[in-house]
Amino acid sequence: MANNTPVISVRDLVVGFGETMVLDHATVDVYEGEILGFVGGSGAGKSVLMRAIIGLVPKRHGTIEVFGADLAALNDRQRRSIEQRWGVLFQQGALFSSLTALQNVQFPIREYLDLSPRLIEEIALAKLEMVGLSADVRGKYPAELSGGMTKRVALARALALDPDIVFLDEPTSGLDPIGAAEFDELIRTLQRTLGLSVFMVTHDLDSLHAVCDRIAVLSEGRVIAAGPIETMLASEHPWLRSYFGGKRGRQAQGTIQGQLHH
Amino acid sequence: MSSVLLTATADGERLALAATGAWTAERAAELEGIVDEATRRHKDARSVDIDLAELERLDTFGAWLIERLKRAFAMRGSNARIVGLSDADRGLMEELRLVNRGPRQDRAKANRILLALEAVGRNVAEIGWSLVLIAQLLGALTAAALGTIAHPTRLRLTSIVHHLERVGWRAVPIIVLSTFVIGAILAQQGIFRFRTFGADVFVVDMVTVLVLREVGVLIVCVMVAGRSGSAYTAEIGSMKMREEINALRTMGLDPVEVLVLPRIVALVLAVPMLTFLGSMAALFGAGLVCWLYGGMAPDIYLDRLREAIWPPTFAVGMIKAPFMALTIGLVACVEGFEVEGSTASLGLKTTASVVKSIFLVIALDGVFAMFFAGIGM
Repeated sequence: MANNTPVISVRDLVVGFGETMVLDHATVDVYEGEILGFVGGSGAGKSVLMRAIIGLVPKRHGTIEVFGADLAALNDRQRRSIEQRWGVLFQQGALFSSLTALQNVQFPIREYLDLSPRLIEEIALAKLEMVGLSADVRGKYPAELSGGMTKRVALARALALDPDIVFLDEPTSGLDPIGAAEFDELIRTLQRTLGLSVFMVTHDLDSLHAVCDRIAVLSEGRVIAAGPIETMLASEHPWLRSYFGGKRGRQAQGTIQGQLHH
Repeated sequence: MSSVLLTATADGERLALAATGAWTAERAAELEGIVDEATRRHKDARSVDIDLAELERLDTFGAWLIERLKRAFAMRGSNARIVGLSDADRGLMEELRLVNRGPRQDRAKANRILLALEAVGRNVAEIGWSLVLIAQLLGALTAAALGTIAHPTRLRLTSIVHHLERVGWRAVPIIVLSTFVIGAILAQQGIFRFRTFGADVFVVDMVTVLVLREVGVLIVCVMVAGRSGSAYTAEIGSMKMREEINALRTMGLDPVEVLVLPRIVALVLAVPMLTFLGSMAALFGAGLVCWLYGGMAPDIYLDRLREAIWPPTFAVGMIKAPFMALTIGLVACVEGFEVEGSTASLGLKTTASVVKSIFLVIALDGVFAMFFAGIGM
């Protein structure tokens, strides 16, 4: 299903803070209609790479192309039109705490599109229901939502403008295994129905097995491998072997195979 | 400019609608108009086919509008169906078939007078409630203070000194500067008015009584409420938001003892000292104006000052200071604990903390005025 045009193409990206070099000539592609799982050790710079793509962290060197356009060469207006075509799910949700769940989802729609209040409300409610929330949460404030609900509302907000690309920063962290599995499935379903390309930073081996089309591995500032899960499992690279071949890795693999048998 | 997005072919009671082009977010406003228009115009269609075979692009916005079109016909009892759906869009249409089925939440238009009355009632109840909370915290604070007196090792000296530096030492320059200016202004106004009936010497009496009894302590309290009270509320409030207060509780520590007691002790120590410094600065400012503007020699000013200061005048201001500090501290901490999850509530409570503590300080000053008049001071 994934075809071969990259929607995001990162070449030789260098990012550092002061003396420390976080990304050292990292190169990675995300193809149209695929879910790319981005893994690496804690502090390896996975989130930094995501933040560099969406423009929250300045880069020192390298090019970042999104939809074939070099982000560094765009003017403000062109940049905004690209920003409308991606949605970001932050690790903690980053919902606006003074707005209700429904208002959070309405916010980008209200800002960017000139629509009737009725349509804005209907679309926002539709998004909330598409991420598996009942209409009852609409009036709740972020402080009143559970962790899983916060992630779902944040996902609905990320999807508010029907983006082509969605960035997910550890979408299943902090969720119980059942909630995490449901969230994985939700991402898969939404990716299919909306034709999304997904860039997913994750630590969750189950997610990698269950939903990712391809996996890219970041280690020591570089992307050391990229490909489907089978290539990762077959790799001889010591870091990959300990990551996927460790006890937890084998368990995740076992569960997925078990599910396939039933 | 806009291409046709929906074409209708009516054949008696049968209606065929064909959607063409891109049904996406960018054109959603236009599409909504088209959809509503189509629903209005073809009132008597019994059977409606919505053909999506010619669609170029479809996103959630377009798909929802098609669903809305279909539902509008279905509501009237017509037989509406979607045909020519491509495989790529099938999943999306299926999703949207299920959404927005719940009852619409219509905002009830409430009576304005009732709303105003409700707001008044809520505010009155809130004032009463905040007085209760202040009393509650005062009780908890007393208990914590007695606890530390019984077990002096539990006194958080480092914390007290830290807060004393923040609310006392670092406030000195701004407090001295503002009270100096206030003293100078009082003296200038006094000289200007009193001179008309040749009573300029009594300016010194007026300034002394005003500054030492009222203005010194009030100015200091207003500054401290704005400077330190707001900081207390914001600190405790954000600790509450991030559940740090709950973390303290689960470790078996009393938030009042750990957070409130050192802050209020620091305030109760700092405000009298600041009041003293402030009053001196005000008298200095007044003296400077009397000399440069009023032509009163410094030694005459000092002589008049010595006569004007009846010891209770000085005591009245100083006695009030710790009580006002306690009020500011209590209000600031109460409001801090009242902060809820949202950033908006943090801002709201910080504002409330400053406004309430300044008002209560002024009210307390009134009570003191009656009290001191009663005992003849």
